[in-house]
Amino acid sequence: MKIGLITLEKRAAPSPIMAVMVPVVSVFMALLVGAIFLKITGREPLPIYFEMFSRAFGTRYGLSETIVKSIPLMLAGLGVAVAFRMQLWNIGGEGQLFMGAFAATWVALSFPDQAAYLLLPLMFFAGCAGGAVWGLLPAIPRAYMGVNEIITTLMLNYVAILWVEYLVYGPWKDPHGYNFPLTAKFTAGAILPTMGDSRIHAGLLFGLTIAVVLWVVFNRTKWGYEVRVIGDSPGAARFAGMNIPRNILVVMAVSGAICGLAGMAEVSGLMHRLQPGFSPGYGYTAIIIAWLAKLNPLAIVLVAFLFGGLQVGGYIVQTTGVPATMVAMLQGSVLFFILGGDILLRYRLRWRRSPDSGAPGKGVGA
Amino acid sequence: MSYDFLVAVLATAVVAGTPILYAALGELICERSGILNLGVEGMMLVGAVTGFIAALSTGNPWAGVLAALIAGGAMASIHAVLTVSLKANQVVSGLALTLFGTGLSAYIGKAYIGMPLANPFRPFEIPVLSEIPFLGPILFRNDPLVYLTFLLVPLAWFLLFRTKAGLNMRAVGENPAAADSLGVNVFATRYMYIIIGGMLAGVGGAYLSLAYVPAWMENMVAGRGWIAVALVIFATWNPVNALLGAYIFGGIHALGFRLQTLDVNVSPYFLKMLPYLFTIAVLIFVTRKNNRSRIGAPKALGQAYDREER
Repeated sequence: MKIGLITLEKRAAPSPIMAVMVPVVSVFMALLVGAIFLKITGREPLPIYFEMFSRAFGTRYGLSETIVKSIPLMLAGLGVAVAFRMQLWNIGGEGQLFMGAFAATWVALSFPDQAAYLLLPLMFFAGCAGGAVWGLLPAIPRAYMGVNEIITTLMLNYVAILWVEYLVYGPWKDPHGYNFPLTAKFTAGAILPTMGDSRIHAGLLFGLTIAVVLWVVFNRTKWGYEVRVIGDSPGAARFAGMNIPRNILVVMAVSGAICGLAGMAEVSGLMHRLQPGFSPGYGYTAIIIAWLAKLNPLAIVLVAFLFGGLQVGGYIVQTTGVPATMVAMLQGSVLFFILGGDILLRYRLRWRRSPDSGAPGKGVGA
Repeated sequence: MSYDFLVAVLATAVVAGTPILYAALGELICERSGILNLGVEGMMLVGAVTGFIAALSTGNPWAGVLAALIAGGAMASIHAVLTVSLKANQVVSGLALTLFGTGLSAYIGKAYIGMPLANPFRPFEIPVLSEIPFLGPILFRNDPLVYLTFLLVPLAWFLLFRTKAGLNMRAVGENPAAADSLGVNVFATRYMYIIIGGMLAGVGGAYLSLAYVPAWMENMVAGRGWIAVALVIFATWNPVNALLGAYIFGGIHALGFRLQTLDVNVSPYFLKMLPYLFTIAVLIFVTRKNNRSRIGAPKALGQAYDREER
């Protein structure tokens, strides 16, 4: 195939060098696009980037905040990656996160006098269950009727966010909260322990543990293999006797549960209450993270850490007048470059030669 | 329900359905050529913000429409390069477009939040037609962008089903290899309809910021882009059905809105959930009904075309 002066030759196997090069180069290209945007809008890109990165990764406080922000990104990224493995497009991470936070808050507010060793496990399971139910709702019509899960998972995000708004503006509003849309503050037993004097909470352990477990499940178990086969070639999977509808339900429940856990960790570890807008779109950023990490659970941890830093950097430069949404733009463009760059995994680029300079490599099409 | 209330709800339904209709028509044309673009929400947001800024700085809402056309088309061309030339995954590319558009629109719109627009699109009555009982007040007392859809829908239908260009478009969406062998340029066709689709999505967004609200607010599209994607399935890829569907969705919006003013004892948060829940319900219903015959869905939808893999 040819594009302009470049000839593309199909590779026999995806290039391992490109698998590392493409994401790295993509991040730099996205930063370049961001720099051009900053320049156009009359700002100096280099000092802004320097400020973002030196503060997010170079100071003790910044680094701990980066880790704090990476926790929900990591969990939600792992969650959506489970579904993406089977080519189920769970875009509902955000809603599952909200429902996890809702369910965990319900436990925290219902049993305020319980000790942490009872309350925290309960909230953990409630968070998982809330997310799992929200993942299952679209999974059932997808499994048995083939209803497009992209749209249904996405619609449920709006429903979940409105549900939480209804609660915090209405029945769950803290009577002593000066009419702010917040629930009452959690009691001590409902709060996840933190590391030292930082804000880094036990949610980090949830994320790291789940990443390792998922890596083992995906790479070392029969079920992990089955999930990938169903995703890559449902026909072959059906022929091999794999139960596709059941797997859709299980995968979406697991995916939703992990996203729900992200919500639980956020309210129990960081916010200590439920409030609207506690997630600046973690469930959507998670999609980019999962894709950037090529759905590899261990890579998701790393990418989530980088994106956490980006988020923190965004907040920091906001004080200098750069909108924090700058970061969302950067994240979107990273994904563009990754997608475009993926062709380099599958194809080798050659400058087209003139006919008399020797035959080009094999496999050149018309 | 009184007659006046019914007319008021239906009139609001037309207005509330119009932005969704523009976006759905764009997506429909794009999907007919075989490309799924899930970036509608992002293209609408960018159309809304650029349209607003252009209208505000020129004082002319039509300049806003022009800006939204260009911005929506530019956004869609990213998707075209990625999915047609570079054969990237269409689902993820569309998602990236939505995420990018959300960030981009918020970035460039920051300074314009809540600013009033002196010259929005205003409704005007079409003489004679607006006097028709029942239909007149619903259809013919609207703004120019609503009237434009009355022309656009039959035009799209005619293009799709009665012209050579429409035949080629559908051929490319159904069987690109066969279309290619008959001399249709698959790549150029797809590029063109992806970009036209983006332009229409841009106008859909601009309708919100230039007529419906009219102002710029962050994330003001609020899921309408996704509803438009669902609507295309509901419409079985037919523009006339898309018109009806858009008004039904608009009606759900309108009903929620009107019920609040009627002092109904339901929380507004639940009323706001209605369009999203309705979309899910409709999607389940339509998928069940269509599964037997797969009416309308272009066969090559979502697949990249590679000449060497024919």
